Amino acid sequence: MMPLAIGFAEPDPGTWIVLTGSTVNVACALLGSYLILRKMSLMGDALSHAVLPGLVVAFVLSGSMGIVPMFIGAVVVGLLTTFLTQTLHQYARVPSDASMGIVFTAMFALGVILVKRYAGGLHFDIGCVYEGALEYVPFAERVWGLPRPLLSSLVVMVVNILVIVLLWKELKLSSFDAELATTMGFSATAMHYLLMTLVSVTTVASFEAVGSILVVAMLIVPASTAFLLTDRLGVMVVLSAVLGILAAVLGYAAGVYWDTSISGMMTVAAGGLFTIAVLFAPQYGVISKVAHNFRMSLQVMREDLLAMLYRLEELGSTNLLTAHEAQTAVGGTLLARIAASQLERRGQIGERDSHLLLTDKGRDAARQLVRSHRLWEAYLVKHLGLPLDHVHDPAHRVEHYIDEDIQKRIAAELETSTQDPHGREIPD
Amino acid sequence: MEKIAFEVHDMTVAYQRRPVLWDIDLSIPEGKLVGIVGPNGAGKTTLIKAALGLVTLASGKVEIYGKSYEEQRHLIGYVPQRESVDWDFPVTVRDVVLMGTYGRLGWFRRPGKAEREIADRCLQQVGMAGYAKRQIRQLSGGQQQRVFLARALAEDAQLYFLDEPFAGVDAATEAAIVELLHALRSSGKTVLVVHHDLQTVSDYFDYVILLNMRLVACGPVETTFTTENLQKTYGGRLTILDEAAEAIRRQKPLP
Amino acid sequence: MISLSLSDKVMIGTALLGGMAGVVGSFAVLRGRALVGDMLAHAALPGVCLAFLITGQRNLLNLSAGALVTGLLAIGAVTVITRWTRTKEDAAIGIVLSTFFGAGVVLLSIVQKPTTSGNKAGLNSYLFGEPGGMLNSDLVVLAVVAVVVLAAVILFFKEFELTCFDTDFARSQGWPTLWLDLAMLAMLATVTIVGLPIVGVILMAAMIIMPAATARFWTNRLPVLLLVSGLVGAAAGLIGTQVGRGYPAGAAIVLTAASLFLVSLLFAPQRGIVSKLLSEYRLRRRVAEEHLLRALFELGEAELPAVPAINLSTLRDYRHWWSLERLLERARDEQLIEWDKNQVQLTPLGLRRAAQITKAHRLWELYLVRHADIAPDHVDRDADDVEHLLPESLVAKLEQELAAEGRLPTVLAEMPISPHEIHSEQGGTTL
Repeated sequence: MMPLAIGFAEPDPGTWIVLTGSTVNVACALLGSYLILRKMSLMGDALSHAVLPGLVVAFVLSGSMGIVPMFIGAVVVGLLTTFLTQTLHQYARVPSDASMGIVFTAMFALGVILVKRYAGGLHFDIGCVYEGALEYVPFAERVWGLPRPLLSSLVVMVVNILVIVLLWKELKLSSFDAELATTMGFSATAMHYLLMTLVSVTTVASFEAVGSILVVAMLIVPASTAFLLTDRLGVMVVLSAVLGILAAVLGYAAGVYWDTSISGMMTVAAGGLFTIAVLFAPQYGVISKVAHNFRMSLQVMREDLLAMLYRLEELGSTNLLTAHEAQTAVGGTLLARIAASQLERRGQIGERDSHLLLTDKGRDAARQLVRSHRLWEAYLVKHLGLPLDHVHDPAHRVEHYIDEDIQKRIAAELETSTQDPHGREIPD
Repeated sequence: MEKIAFEVHDMTVAYQRRPVLWDIDLSIPEGKLVGIVGPNGAGKTTLIKAALGLVTLASGKVEIYGKSYEEQRHLIGYVPQRESVDWDFPVTVRDVVLMGTYGRLGWFRRPGKAEREIADRCLQQVGMAGYAKRQIRQLSGGQQQRVFLARALAEDAQLYFLDEPFAGVDAATEAAIVELLHALRSSGKTVLVVHHDLQTVSDYFDYVILLNMRLVACGPVETTFTTENLQKTYGGRLTILDEAAEAIRRQKPLP
Repeated sequence: MISLSLSDKVMIGTALLGGMAGVVGSFAVLRGRALVGDMLAHAALPGVCLAFLITGQRNLLNLSAGALVTGLLAIGAVTVITRWTRTKEDAAIGIVLSTFFGAGVVLLSIVQKPTTSGNKAGLNSYLFGEPGGMLNSDLVVLAVVAVVVLAAVILFFKEFELTCFDTDFARSQGWPTLWLDLAMLAMLATVTIVGLPIVGVILMAAMIIMPAATARFWTNRLPVLLLVSGLVGAAAGLIGTQVGRGYPAGAAIVLTAASLFLVSLLFAPQRGIVSKLLSEYRLRRRVAEEHLLRALFELGEAELPAVPAINLSTLRDYRHWWSLERLLERARDEQLIEWDKNQVQLTPLGLRRAAQITKAHRLWELYLVRHADIAPDHVDRDADDVEHLLPESLVAKLEQELAAEGRLPTVLAEMPISPHEIHSEQGGTTL
């Protein structure tokens, strides 16, 4: 047979490890998007444990760790697990999460017993099931010039890519709306079993190299990370694969640096990437939400200040406010101080004799806001039938969010009125 | 002057910032049977949940006999929607009804003979005395609803909130519930019922709350349940309210 | 302290663990948190390793404290992720589970480096469970936890029950459901963590779920469920360690629990599969018999009050039958018919039953045609009489309508009272 790696110099062991980790991660991450969108994230966890007895039986029957018997064993047990989980739920009314828990733990326990009984002392270590033996990949038996674990995960990765490309729209539709997919002739059940088969096979191919813990992580974590970063399925699938590779590289570096379990570190790296996304994702991240909250609170504060000055002006009040008085009137918080200084910097308010005044620019902005306030009041009176003394507070809360479009629509509905319910003019 | 049993002041309720009930202001006198009527998504259940303190208010307040909900909890009975619980839960009919007495019992005390007697009496009142030992799964929809009613009766309240008690029940149960409501009224209780069937409003209730994101009308059935008010309630949503709600959801900072 | 042999300690320890896991697991399963135990078990590993690295000792209390810390961190992480981002709960559980466990594996490999002093074999038991290493002090910890958990469940039974069944209703009564929920979670975490060195990380989930799911087959009442679940868990611990000598203890215990579950799934009364199949079979048999009687009644209806013998071939053509002969044999054994080669004739008893069935059938038909807009109350799914399904007044009205069409089976009035009792516990209409 032709060695695939012909023409290349034998890479150093680290490259083999990273390559293997990356292919495994990509193979898993590709399926992950579908698992999390179908709310079956934990099925990956379940299947990766449940296939153990299948592996042992395959190992014992075939007498080898050959990849084909292992795949067969995994597919059979994977499908059985899926079937049993569903059946327990549907016919014995065991809650769905409990039925999954029962089936996969029972399968795993069976696997552990079988290992002890039939494969004890042979090359079949349960510890490996957890942690894998990524460190030993470079020394593994070569098939076509590649370490065997790399080859098997490569095969699975290619299969996963092919299935996703060929059945793109079917998988997409059945993940989004299983019933619609079924009525259109793409049986959601068939898709479900197909996906579970792929997960089982991927799990097995990855076991030898990286162990179940990394498989479970890679099935869910990169896809969940990608889900925080994008709204499109295509981007999500590709992105999760990229994140998988990134986790492999980072995990390898960290594992070597601290001289510890590499697959464990890859898992931690994936978790770290997820944490970063939770914090910093542009749209769905925690920090961007907090920042948005802060910006909006500031805007509300600025608008309250402007509107207050506008109303004073409108009343022709001679009793002007100092900056301090104005800030106190809107709450006197740090936020109020920042808002006031922002308004000044933007040239919307100015100071004369240490009293605050609206500039022309500020007056225009305030007019918009007061318009929105009074339109809303008029709307509340007309359509919600609220009494006059009940409309100010609600309008005060809502005024900041009534954009021009809504203002126009309200004005159109109110037709004639240029006055608010209190008889004050609604500014243009 | 008649006492006010239930009062809502300028209440706005929002789910994830998006307002679903706008500026509700209403009061219900004691001893009335009140139907809460409005299209789907009008906020009927939300009104009840807000009254019970199950959702937080964006603004406004709720008063039960002039005091806050926390102080008057013992005066309140609640019948949630039937779908809100797992009917496969391992409890019998009587166990469920006994739960109505838990609030009164307080911490650590177990329901005893007295409570069991209350439970049995309440079951009898809803015509389910023969089913006390059944698991709740083995009941029909109408019977499950009656069990929930019995549980609320066991709370021995002054003010009852019923969320869609007539949904998916048989004619016999509907009749039984109505009879029970009348009995409650004649003993001076106030009952608010989320109701869907416009045909029966005038027969069942003497007060009505018409709701569609905002309060359309609230008052005695004869004067309030008019074609004009119904048109306002069911004549489509106020799109401006919807748009404003959406704008607020997008922009408003979380509290 | 009384000196116990190791096997006694293992027996007592696993039984204690199984018992409390069963009790606590019942609440977890009912609350839809079956897999939270799985997550807690995995998330405990880094805590165990850290505690070991810090204290350098391997006793249950130390390591459990570490595990509890990371376990609580994990719960906090899941809460934060689901509250603040759009990640769904199951994904969040999976993410936290695998990341924490990955960190655990990393720490474990540091702990197990030859340079690290101390007992490195000890921590492996957290992965796969090894009750053989149980110390006297471990047993004391288990016993204390068991007593505390049991006491909490007894004290707060009513509050836990209400919170699990109907949280909104509990809140409407003023119960602090959030704290009660957290208390249940804390019990789950504690039990999971003290159980880890006995059954191991993965299989701990089974100890939480299986006893509860098994007990659910046998009872419809929560106190009984808790009791049975505790017993099943304890039994799994006892039997598992006894039968599974020489095998990994965790796996043996879990397989025992799984066998108990399987037996219950198959043979439990009412909810078990066998009993369900049996009652379905009985129902089919009864329906077939009713078809037979009604067919015989209708074939001879024109000649009433005489009861003619019906030709077997006529009967065969009347409708489609599944194994008519067996049906006839059974009806003959019950003395409902006389069957002589090609002739079948209703006995007086059979005629009475047939008239009842036919009447019920016609009432039901009429009801469906004319009154089906009034939703029937499927009162009692076992009730075979339409009279019991519908309000009495409606049945009377339907009877009048049938009589007006001359289709009301009239023989009933003249028939002798049935020698065997007719189900009439619900009062119903008089026949």
